[in-house]
Amino acid sequence: MNEAEIKERVAAFLAEHDPDGDRLEFLRARFDAGLAWVWFPEGLGGLGVSRELQQVVERELAGTPELNAGVQGIGLGMAAPTILAFGTEEQKRRFLRPLWTGEEIWCQLFSEPGAGSDLATLATRAVKDGDEWVVDGQKVWTSGAHHSRWAILVTRTDPDVPKHRGMTYFICDMHAPGVEVRPLRQITGEAEFNEVFLTGVRLPDDLRLGEVGDGWRVAQTTLMNERVAIGGAPVRRGGGMVGVVTDSWRAHPELRTHDLHQRLLSLWVEAEVTRLSGVRLREQLAAGQPGPEGSGMKLSFAKLNQALSGFEVEFGRDLGYDDWTFRRSEDVDFYGRGPGYRYLRAKGNSIEGGTSEILRNIISERVLGLPSEPRVDKDVPWKDLPR
Amino acid sequence: MTLLYSEVEEELRAAVRGLLADRCPPAAVLKRIESEPYDLDLWKTLAGEIGVAGLLIPEQYGGAGASASEAAVVLEELGRGVAPVPFFTSSVLATRALLATGDTLLEELAEGRKTAALAVPFAASPYRTGAAVRLEDGRLTGTVAGVAGADVADVLLVPVGGRLHAVEGGALVQAVPSLDQTRPVATVTFDGAEARDVGECDLAEVLRFGAGLLASEQLGVAEWCLDTTLAHVRERHQFARPIGSFQAIKHRLADLWLDVVRARAAARSAATDGSAVSVAVAQSWNAGVAVHAAEEALQLHGGIGMTWEHPVHLYLKRAKAAEIALGTPGDHRAALASLVDVPGPE
Ligand SMILES: Cc1cc2nc3c(=O)[nH]c(=O)nc-3n(C[C@H](O)[C@H](O)[C@H](O)COP(=O)(O)OP(=O)(O)OC[C@H]3O[C@@H](n4cnc5c(N)ncnc54)[C@H](O)[C@@H]3O)c2cc1C
Repeated sequence: MNEAEIKERVAAFLAEHDPDGDRLEFLRARFDAGLAWVWFPEGLGGLGVSRELQQVVERELAGTPELNAGVQGIGLGMAAPTILAFGTEEQKRRFLRPLWTGEEIWCQLFSEPGAGSDLATLATRAVKDGDEWVVDGQKVWTSGAHHSRWAILVTRTDPDVPKHRGMTYFICDMHAPGVEVRPLRQITGEAEFNEVFLTGVRLPDDLRLGEVGDGWRVAQTTLMNERVAIGGAPVRRGGGMVGVVTDSWRAHPELRTHDLHQRLLSLWVEAEVTRLSGVRLREQLAAGQPGPEGSGMKLSFAKLNQALSGFEVEFGRDLGYDDWTFRRSEDVDFYGRGPGYRYLRAKGNSIEGGTSEILRNIISERVLGLPSEPRVDKDVPWKDLPR
Repeated sequence: MTLLYSEVEEELRAAVRGLLADRCPPAAVLKRIESEPYDLDLWKTLAGEIGVAGLLIPEQYGGAGASASEAAVVLEELGRGVAPVPFFTSSVLATRALLATGDTLLEELAEGRKTAALAVPFAASPYRTGAAVRLEDGRLTGTVAGVAGADVADVLLVPVGGRLHAVEGGALVQAVPSLDQTRPVATVTFDGAEARDVGECDLAEVLRFGAGLLASEQLGVAEWCLDTTLAHVRERHQFARPIGSFQAIKHRLADLWLDVVRARAAARSAATDGSAVSVAVAQSWNAGVAVHAAEEALQLHGGIGMTWEHPVHLYLKRAKAAEIALGTPGDHRAALASLVDVPGPE
């Protein structure tokens, strides 16, 4: 299918469905028409065509009801590609549509108090009991768990083998008895993430994603997609965070100094070259030649977002903050809040979704082919590891 | 428009890279820099057989009529090899100046029969083009310092007052010790030299075009530095481990790789769109990345990196000289202030 044909499809779809009518109806119809993710298979929100045509669809459908990227981020960016890659036909049919329309929100139950960067040491147990699995453990820093219907969950199913081999991946029913979500207040004041306690949670075997013991491989797919999802969103020249900063720079000539001017110009250049390498990356993906640039996008995004948000506070010489009251946020309203919030929230960018240090390890070993660190945990059964 | 390389560009790259690997590896460049820096035999092959001299010249004048992005790929490879040939000075800068005039000299340049140089300091910029040469009765007088490529040029192209003048013989060209040994600079003195008016010249535009393509050469320099350092840290052992297994080193190289990835995108953008903003962005970024890559390469090679025998110094010298050429990163950032409406304090 080419650009003209996909445009025809979109036009035909728009002729049948009124974008100004019911939002949910419209989104459901769009999914059913294969215009959700055009590169997904037919019947699963896609048309099985080249990924680059998605841009055409987005352009043609500009101004129609949109997804809520903030709340749906984990579902769209991580759960969906993992379900597509490892799910059964039944799982794909059951989960992808409400995930895409936003009727069901997803969260990610990966990190644990003792297993962050070293995710593969996680201790949450899943034990088979007939056709069900019984899950016990504690997860932490779980974004959006308080409004999620489903979660992607990694557990330990075999403690007697080395850590990477004894894990199994599940879809977790967040409404199941034994799932307890407690708010975890952040440095911004709000509670966007949570502690999640799993006590005797029973999950039917048909919520397992991938083979028993294959959880690490499934999780890799999630993590790789997460990095592209966090750092790889397209922006226009001078847009995104650098746009917020330059807008306020233009509005406040009285606050400008020579030092800040030099720094802002440097950051503008860095934002632009980062944007351009994102454009190249997406072109490579579309041309079917995924390059290693993907892992770098999140790293540069985190650094830039932090530098720019710190700059914004300094430029405004504003000692105030917008709102410290404790609250359960619905999503990360990054641009809707003030500079102080942005500065504090951006600090999470180099921690969430893999820390910048871990990303540098990945780049140096998998992209640049440098030797790995000496491994003290290799070939040691998980149960014998020091924790 | 795309920021990826086309198949034609990759073929051109392979041809240039193959020739350089055979005829002018860094060790060979090193050997000749003190006596005769330019490799004119190599230049003959590049110009004649691969046809790079006429790359930017339209077919009607005997050139290849290629686009800037093809010339950019050649520059990436020449940067990678710190190749001592006058492609950038003659076939990019001087040629671009001549293109607007349609002068017959273009045919001689296209065939590689003659080589030209633009008689402006290599450190001039699109934002500062002041001329040091006067024109009286068709004769030129004045001194221009820091001209790159002048010592091997058959023709000097001298911009004065919005017009371009060609001088063949009749100028005094004195090579001076140059920081970048692979791209010598000379002091050019005109003492009533006879000159031929060849047509109009928008010098700022020519220098901007050159600056945009220089970003590709800088990318090539940075790539060589990164690749060579990666190979070294995989092999070199200290403390019973390859030094490339130490995280302090891995993280530095991961960061450098990310800088180079972005330099590639910036170079492609400057070569394909060539707008004032793209050029200023590419020069602000790539000039620094090339210098940083060479400095990291030197440091991570340890004592070896500090020796004359190891070619890394050639790259450091090329990178540092190119950082100043055609506008410093600061000059280009200052230009961006008005180009993208980020004005300074009032
Ligand atoms: C805002 C936010 C939202 C999050 N949302 C979720 C979520 O929804 N779901 C979820 O599962 N998790 C979530 N996380 C958790 C996140 O994935 C982890 O915090 C992260 O993986 C780091 O783990 P850690 O906090 O245990 O730090 P640690 O792993 O203890 O790391 C501490 C420090 O040591 C460094 N370090 C660790 N190992 C190495 C190494 N090998 N080499 C060099 N340095 C190293 C780290 O880079 C870091 O600087 C979220 C985190 C944040 C901040």
